[in-house]
Amino acid sequence: MTQPPPTPFVADDGAVVITGICGRLGRRLARKLHRQSRVIGIDRRSFPDRPADVEHHELDLRSARVRDIFRDGVRALVHLGVVHDPRGDSAEHHASNVAGLQKLLEYVEYFGIPKVVLLSSANVYGPRPDNPQFLSEDAPLLGAGPFSRIRDLVELDMCAQSFFLRLPAVKTVILRPTHILGTVRNAPSNYLRLSVVPTLLGFDPMLQAVHQDDVVRAIMLALAPTARGIYNIAGPPPVPLSRVIELLERQTVGVPHTVARLGVERLFRWRVTSFPAPELDFIRYVCMIDDSRARRDLGYAPTHGLVATLCAVDEERWLG
Amino acid sequence: MAEKSALARFADVATGRGLPLLRRVLAGAQRAADEVTERLLGSDFEERFRVLADRYEQLGGDPFGFNPEAVRAAALASAFFHRAYFRTDVYDVDRVPAGRVILVANHSGQIPIDAAIIGCSLFFDANPPRITRAMVDKWAATLPFVSTFFSRMGQVVGLPENARRLLNMGELLLVFPEGVRGVSKPFEERYQLQEFGRGFMRLALETKTPIVPVAVVGAEEQYLSFGRVSWAARAFGLPVFPLVPQLLLPGGQLPLPTKYRLFFGEPLYFEGDPDDAAGVADKVFLVREAVAHILRRGLAQRRSIFL
Repeated sequence: MTQPPPTPFVADDGAVVITGICGRLGRRLARKLHRQSRVIGIDRRSFPDRPADVEHHELDLRSARVRDIFRDGVRALVHLGVVHDPRGDSAEHHASNVAGLQKLLEYVEYFGIPKVVLLSSANVYGPRPDNPQFLSEDAPLLGAGPFSRIRDLVELDMCAQSFFLRLPAVKTVILRPTHILGTVRNAPSNYLRLSVVPTLLGFDPMLQAVHQDDVVRAIMLALAPTARGIYNIAGPPPVPLSRVIELLERQTVGVPHTVARLGVERLFRWRVTSFPAPELDFIRYVCMIDDSRARRDLGYAPTHGLVATLCAVDEERWLG
Repeated sequence: MAEKSALARFADVATGRGLPLLRRVLAGAQRAADEVTERLLGSDFEERFRVLADRYEQLGGDPFGFNPEAVRAAALASAFFHRAYFRTDVYDVDRVPAGRVILVANHSGQIPIDAAIIGCSLFFDANPPRITRAMVDKWAATLPFVSTFFSRMGQVVGLPENARRLLNMGELLLVFPEGVRGVSKPFEERYQLQEFGRGFMRLALETKTPIVPVAVVGAEEQYLSFGRVSWAARAFGLPVFPLVPQLLLPGGQLPLPTKYRLFFGEPLYFEGDPDDAAGVADKVFLVREAVAHILRRGLAQRRSIFL
C-alpha cells in the first residue's frame, strides 16, 4: 500500500475525450488527467467548477456535433457516459446508451483514433449461486438474466468487445471494476450510506469493493498506448458483508429474502427506494472477480486498503 | 412488623445459606462443564486452533470466507459427535502429506456427516491440524444460514475453478466422486461404491496433487433409507428425497450412534495428460479400487456396527 503508484505514460500530443465527464467519477478523472493531457468533456450536464483548461461540450452523445469534436487532435476516448437510472424510461435509456456508443465507435474508426477505454462493470457477470469464487475475464456475461437494468451494460460491453475484435489497430480497453465505493452515487455506495443497512437473513456473501480513485488510476493506466484487452479491476482482498458493515459501524437488520424481495418491490413501485428488487442478489450470492490480468498487464494494484475504501462512502457526506 | 421480620429472616437465610449453596452448585457445574469440554476438545485445542489461525493470518484472510473463529465456535458440537457420539477411530491419518492434497472418500449416510467427521479427524487427530475444504453442491449456496455456515467453516461451492484455486493455495481438498449417488444410497446398497466422477483426477493431474484414498465405515448405517422418491425431490426442489422412516420416530431425527472408523490409505501420485479421457478414466479406476480395497478391509475388521 505504501509504494508509490506507477505513473502511466501519457504523451501530451492529442486530447483525451471523456464522455459523462460531469459524473463524480468523470470529474475526478478530469482533475487527474488535465495536468498531463488536453481533456475534452462531453456530457448533457454542465460542469460548473471545471479546471480552466478542460474543454467542455454540453451535448447528447447522439448529437451530430459530437463528430466535430473528434475531427482532429484526439488521441483517446474514455467512455464513462453510461446512463443508469432505475427510474427512467428503459427504452429511452437503452437507445441512448447503445446508439451513443455505436456513434462514438464510428467516429473512432473513421478518424483513426488509436485508443478507446470503456468503463463497464463486474456486474455484467451477475451474482449467481454457482459462480466460481473469482470470475475471470472469460466468464460468460450472465448478469442480464434477472436484471433488465444490466442488459444495457452487457450490451455495451458486447459492442465494445466486437469493436475490439474487429479493429485490432485500435487499442481498445474494457475495464470491469467491481463495486466502486466513494462519493459516487451508485447502488453499492448508496447502500452502504444507509444508516441502518438491511441484509438478507442467513446470507453473508463475500464482497469485493474498489476505491473510486483506484478506478481512476486504472483508467489512466489503461490509457497507456500499448494497453489493449479486457480487464477486471478489484480492490483489497474480499471480506464478508457482515465485516463490511462492522467496519463502517453501521446498524444492521436481517430480513428474510422473500419478505425483502416483496418489500423492496413495493417500495420501488411507491418510489420510496431506488433499489430494484432483483439487485438483492448482490447481497445474497457471490459476484467476485479475479484481477490478476490487470495486475500483470497494466501494472495495476489498488492503493487504498479495505478500511480506506469502505470509509470513502462517507466522504463529503454532509456537503450535499 | 411481624411480616417484615419474616421477610427479613427469609432474606437472611437466602443470602446466608441459599446464595453460597447456589454458588457452589454453579461452580460445580462449571467445573464439570470444563472437564467435559476438555475431554471432548483435548488439552491441546488452543494450540491446534492457533496453528490454523496463524496460517490464515499469514495468507491475509481466506478468499472463500473461512473464519478460524467459526471453527472455535463449532468445535464443541463437532467434538461431541466425533469423540462421544460416533466414537470415531482414526487409522493412519499421518499418511496425509503436507501441502496440497486431495482426499477421495466413499460418500454415504443421507446427510454429509461423513465430511464433518473427516474434517474433525484432520483437525483433532492430525499433526499439524488441517482444515478440510470440501466441495458442496451449488444447491446449498441458495439456502440461507446453510450457505453462510458452510462458507465460514471453509467449505466451497463445487466448481473446478474453486478447487484449482484452493489447491494452488496449498489446501487439503475433500472430494466425494460418487456425489449424490453415493450419499443417498438405500440401505441394501450399503458399502457398494457407485460410479466415480472424473473431475478430481483431471485436477490432480493438472496441479500435480497427490491423492489419498479414504474409507469411511459406519456412516452407511446412521440413517436407514429404503429408497429414493424422485417425484418428491422434484416437488420440493431437492437434489434427492430419500425415504427414511426413522425420521418420524421421536428422536429419530438424530443419526443412529454407529461407530465411525476412518481409514486413510497411502498417497497416490499420478502423472499424465488431464485431457486424455481414457487415461483419466483408467486412473480414476485405480483410485476407486484403492478406496474399495481399504473399505473391504475395514469392514472385515469390524465386529459390531455400534461398538
